[in-house]
Amino acid sequence: MNTAAKKSLSLGMLVVGAVLMVAALILDFMGTKGAMRGYLLIAGALLIIVGLLKLPNKKHTKIVNGLFLFPMVFTFGVTVMIPFILGIIYSFTDWNGVSVTQFVGLENYITMFRQLDFVYSFILTLLFTIVNIVSVNIAGFCLALLCTSKIKGKNFFRAAYFLPNLIGGIVLGYVWQFIFNKVFTTVFVGSNSMLTDANLAILAILFVNTWQYAGYIMMIYVTGLQSVPSDVLEASNVDGASPLTTLFKIKIPMIANTFTVCIFLTLVNSFKLFDLNLSITNGAPSRVLGDKIIQSTEFLALNIYKTAIGKNDYALGQTKAVVFFVILAIVSLTQVSISKKKEVEL
Amino acid sequence: MKAQKNRRLMGTILGAVIALFVLSPFILVVINTAKTSEDIVISPIALPENWGQMITNLSNVINTSNFSYWTSFGSSLFITAVSLILLTVFSCMAAWVLSRHHREKWSNAIFMIFVAAMVIPFQVVMLPILTVFKGIGAFTGIKLLQSYKGIIFAYLGFGGSMSIFILHGFIKGIPYELEEAAWIDGCSPEGTFFRVIFPLLRPVQMTVLILNGLWIWNDYLLPSIMLGLNGKIKTLPIAVSSFVGSYVKQWDLILAAAFLAMIPIVLLFLLAQKQIIQGMVDGAIK
Repeated sequence: MNTAAKKSLSLGMLVVGAVLMVAALILDFMGTKGAMRGYLLIAGALLIIVGLLKLPNKKHTKIVNGLFLFPMVFTFGVTVMIPFILGIIYSFTDWNGVSVTQFVGLENYITMFRQLDFVYSFILTLLFTIVNIVSVNIAGFCLALLCTSKIKGKNFFRAAYFLPNLIGGIVLGYVWQFIFNKVFTTVFVGSNSMLTDANLAILAILFVNTWQYAGYIMMIYVTGLQSVPSDVLEASNVDGASPLTTLFKIKIPMIANTFTVCIFLTLVNSFKLFDLNLSITNGAPSRVLGDKIIQSTEFLALNIYKTAIGKNDYALGQTKAVVFFVILAIVSLTQVSISKKKEVEL
Repeated sequence: MKAQKNRRLMGTILGAVIALFVLSPFILVVINTAKTSEDIVISPIALPENWGQMITNLSNVINTSNFSYWTSFGSSLFITAVSLILLTVFSCMAAWVLSRHHREKWSNAIFMIFVAAMVIPFQVVMLPILTVFKGIGAFTGIKLLQSYKGIIFAYLGFGGSMSIFILHGFIKGIPYELEEAAWIDGCSPEGTFFRVIFPLLRPVQMTVLILNGLWIWNDYLLPSIMLGLNGKIKTLPIAVSSFVGSYVKQWDLILAAAFLAMIPIVLLFLLAQKQIIQGMVDGAIK
């Protein structure tokens, strides 16, 4: 096809596309029903895109850049950025999911911290996160040491330890609910299910989370341990260092970076814990604190979910979610600054 | 020498014991799927007397209206596959443009916004996103809630940040001379990308596919918001949870449902173990 024909074809596409889009917009503003106008809009946009691509033009590269960026920027803007900004605004209003009648300033934030159930969830999540970081990392690191030592069947073990991580928390949670309620009570005859006791139920979630996540963390430690140069290890062996000395004086210091990565991964994962929480206990059992009855295993994410979806308190749920985000943002900033510092030291 | 051999043997035994422990929930699911509910009450750890019961339990579960395994499996597969294809193509395109202009301000700004947004948890946008989607629905007439279009759209937006971040770093390492050569040979920019760059990204695309694929397949919160718990379209995790909700404590059926929900991933893992582990570890380290 020669340039002139190409040009007129693409111009034609642009014109038709523009006409379609304008028609769709007119339909939109007239308030017509039916999905037709939406597809008209998309068809128009597509025609314009193809037209722009085919148009012989000096700015062709720039047009391609724009078109290549568009899908990601558009979906990201609509599903992440706009809702995110709206969400922060909503947290200062009396939003009920449909409309906003007035700005209430910091009222939601004050109400939130006055509610015992939120404060409880908040503290519970923080404590859980700390204990979980320790348990997952110790388990993961020990498994990694085992899987990098000279034993048989290493590859099978690695795969086996890793497997729980691939299955969704919802499904695994129900399986573990069965194990706690039926299997353990049969094996230890006469015992009550762990899930009926407020403290033991938290322990149960900690246990399942460690079981699920340790294999993943293990694989990251394995990668770290394998990066320790073998000549260094040989040298220490020749010098007569015991395996324990090698571990604490050589291996652990050399993979300090891996520890940072793993600790922050576990931190974020435990803080966001939701699926397992929902399917193992769903917040139960309740516990009496002062003169109030609260859900003893309701972690922060579940508390947010229940406030918004269960109790239909949209503004308050949104406010809690904003606080949730702020904490996660602080954690990530800390991680970034720590790894930057480490890079400078190296 | 002998002491060393002994120690190795001890290590192997220890590893095997731990493996048995880690896998025990899966073993329990399998043996209890092959039992009647009475047998489960009698002993959940005994081996089943009649493995044929498994077929009965599974077929009882497969067609129940809350679970409808094949339909929800199909929905999960469709949502995951389409999201992954679009996500990979679009995020490679975006990452390529951003990384080829990484010295320019606009490109840096867009990239930084994408990276910073990785911190945003779904909880903070899950309520306003309903407003936005309803608004789009009212304006254009295209239904985004409780539809495939909407949830795939949302996965594109949410998966974009991390995918672009991972791809961006990789593309920076591809020598620019390759593109110049294609350019001199008369290749258009879009042609250069699809014929030269895109195929070169294969290893890192695997990482992106695996990380996003597992996330989308197992995700519960986003579909529970976008599709609803009792909507027409159900992904597997939603179907399992709605099944458990309506068959409380009927463990023979619940475990059969869990078994069916786990099988696809376990099979996939057996087939592509190395790639999956590698992909997930690479994703974490970057």
